[in-house]
Amino acid sequence: MIHVVLPFHLRTLARVDGDVHLEIEGSATLGSVLDALEARHPVLRGAIRDQVTLIRRPFVRFYACEEDLSHEPPQTQLPAAVVNGAEPFLIVGAMAGG
Amino acid sequence: MSRVRVLVGTKKGAFILTADGRREQWEVNGPHFGGWEIYHLKGSAAQPDRLYASQTSGWFGQVMQRSDDGGKTWEAISNEFKYDGVPGTHQWYDGTQHPWEFKRIWHLEPSPTDPDIVYAGAEDAALFKAVDGGRTWQELPGLRSAKGHLWQPGAGGMCLHTIILDPKRPERIFIAISAAGVFRTDDTGKTWKPANRGLKSPYELPDPDVEVGHCVHLIAMHQSHPDVLFMQKHWDVMRTNDAGESWSEVSGNLPSDFGFPIEVHAHEPETIYVVPIKSDSEHFPPEGKLRVYRSRTGGNEWEALTRGLPQKDCYVNVLRDAMAVDSLEPCGVYFGTTGGQVYMSPDSGETWIPIVHDLPAVLSVVVE
Repeated sequence: MIHVVLPFHLRTLARVDGDVHLEIEGSATLGSVLDALEARHPVLRGAIRDQVTLIRRPFVRFYACEEDLSHEPPQTQLPAAVVNGAEPFLIVGAMAGG
Repeated sequence: MSRVRVLVGTKKGAFILTADGRREQWEVNGPHFGGWEIYHLKGSAAQPDRLYASQTSGWFGQVMQRSDDGGKTWEAISNEFKYDGVPGTHQWYDGTQHPWEFKRIWHLEPSPTDPDIVYAGAEDAALFKAVDGGRTWQELPGLRSAKGHLWQPGAGGMCLHTIILDPKRPERIFIAISAAGVFRTDDTGKTWKPANRGLKSPYELPDPDVEVGHCVHLIAMHQSHPDVLFMQKHWDVMRTNDAGESWSEVSGNLPSDFGFPIEVHAHEPETIYVVPIKSDSEHFPPEGKLRVYRSRTGGNEWEALTRGLPQKDCYVNVLRDAMAVDSLEPCGVYFGTTGGQVYMSPDSGETWIPIVHDLPAVLSVVVE
């Protein structure tokens, strides 16, 4: 079970109160966890990555186990501690003023 | 008694202001979508409890929201805006060609007769249409064939910000694009042609009367005279009497003919309103005085309307979609500022009262 932590605005958009818990069939990669998240909450399609290219939106970041996975390719394996639920997978709105 | 509803889009959410026909006591409802930019929200005249809202964010992109109960509850209905086919390229700041990239929806225009039909104006400039209540959107790609490769973004982005559906000819639509100009279709969006003859932009363009490239800020129409359009251009206030075949300047005695909004009185087709702004370099009112200017002659002769508006130390702007009129008698006029005030005049502009003082910067005002 993977625990996905969404930023405030995406929790509001998806109408979830806390973390999102996802079961991933097969290999748990950066891409497959986002696929599963968007399948559970279709309203998030386009809010995290481009609808067509699936490229991460510029001001969204992916963190796990104190590592920045934002620039890694979608086939990147998630850390074991994320896959077994010990650590969360964080989707973060990048810092910006205003 | 009749009621009035003011839909306000701001930099940090949407607000719905309501009052009875006296327009004295206002109820403020919001923020809806707190923290998101709401470029525009508008109700369906065919089904007034149906509202469409364009919710957007630099972080999380575009979301289209719909309410079927007058804004009490909302549903995120879609966020997929795909250009039709390969959209090609347009001019970029450095003179190169740049691919079309969807950024946000600036303006929504529901059909006056069918609550499921709604048009959306996009940045990068394109016109989208939904016929299923906003769940799926199709681009009308013929617009980009109207010399789209020559369009280029201004400082505010290459946005399609105006959509006017001709009330007498359903197949005719006018749109306007910042730094491209006005375009008209007479076949419900299949083909388009530029409608910019008579516009002159000597300070912005190397060829002042080129066919496309003019920075049109807004156009407005009175429903009873659809061949007469009024325009606030980057500089110059303009009018056409022949549905955009030719334009002539009607700036007259305005203290500055730079500005963003322009609006037509609900009951007097030749009474129009603008808010002069000092210049394109200084986006605030001349002399720090917030003045609406009214012409009762369709332009050229203008009078300042100031009672109730700050006449010193005022440095707000009024953005292009942030002015509107109601259909009551006498006609009410409304506008929102980048300082978060929404002003209302219950007497066609003679006197002004702030409905709210302290909203986030106002992006759009719609009155229904």
